Amino acid sequence: MIAGLNAYIALSALLFAIGFFGVLLRKNTLVIYMCLELMLVASTLALVAFSRFNGTMDGNVFVFFILTVAAAEVAVGLAIIVALFRRRQTVQVDELDSLKH
Amino acid sequence: MADILFYITAAFTVFCAFGVVFNRNTVNAALCLLLSLMGVAVLFALLNAYLLAVLLVLVYAGAVVALFLFIVMLLDTQGGHNRPFKIISLVASFGGLTLLLCGVSAIVTRGQLTAHGAPAVSAPVGSVLKSYAELLFTTYLLPVEIMGFLLLIAMLGVIVLCKKFEGLEDVK
Repeated sequence: MIAGLNAYIALSALLFAIGFFGVLLRKNTLVIYMCLELMLVASTLALVAFSRFNGTMDGNVFVFFILTVAAAEVAVGLAIIVALFRRRQTVQVDELDSLKH
Repeated sequence: MADILFYITAAFTVFCAFGVVFNRNTVNAALCLLLSLMGVAVLFALLNAYLLAVLLVLVYAGAVVALFLFIVMLLDTQGGHNRPFKIISLVASFGGLTLLLCGVSAIVTRGQLTAHGAPAVSAPVGSVLKSYAELLFTTYLLPVEIMGFLLLIAMLGVIVLCKKFEGLEDVK
């Protein structure tokens, strides 16, 4: 059985779904953020696979940009989490419910 | 050979991704994320995108996971032991996972992904560094500039966010 494009896309979809599962399941903000990163990497895997099997470069260059944005995004997101922790002394999402009441 | 490597790496990556989700200890979750990213980097190398594999290891393993571990060290006040999952949230998240998988697998199994007949495996374009450079300095020159500006803005934003704000009234 040849590992073709469909196998790569299926793997990418599975990784994305696992990341989504983690986002829904976990209550710790840091773990939720890690699962978001996992979803981002899964989508880049799909892009690289499409680029490889279509013989073009655009997907690869797009992944290049995604890596840059991901680095910036992680820095900003973690800074927000640290600022949140300073004010509320917690990182559990079920204790961060000011908008609920 | 490459196929066997693909299946082994895919299984490893998925296993480590489940490790991220189900590990109670945040540090272990971050290390599982690292292993999963290594698996994705191997898959990139299998897809002939060697530069992207190296960059993934550098950016994610070198910067992102290290940053995560730093923040976990700073913030995780519960000694790494979180509460067990609630049944209702487990069921709800599993429902969400199933819905997403159904939707995407419909595309994967029925979609005509290789529309141009056989996959174009003739020229491994992704393996040549020159092709990246050509595209980045011609077609994608404006996005490269914007990306540099975005990094600058992100740096300024992080500096502002990490300042101590005095005189703000407390929320709770």
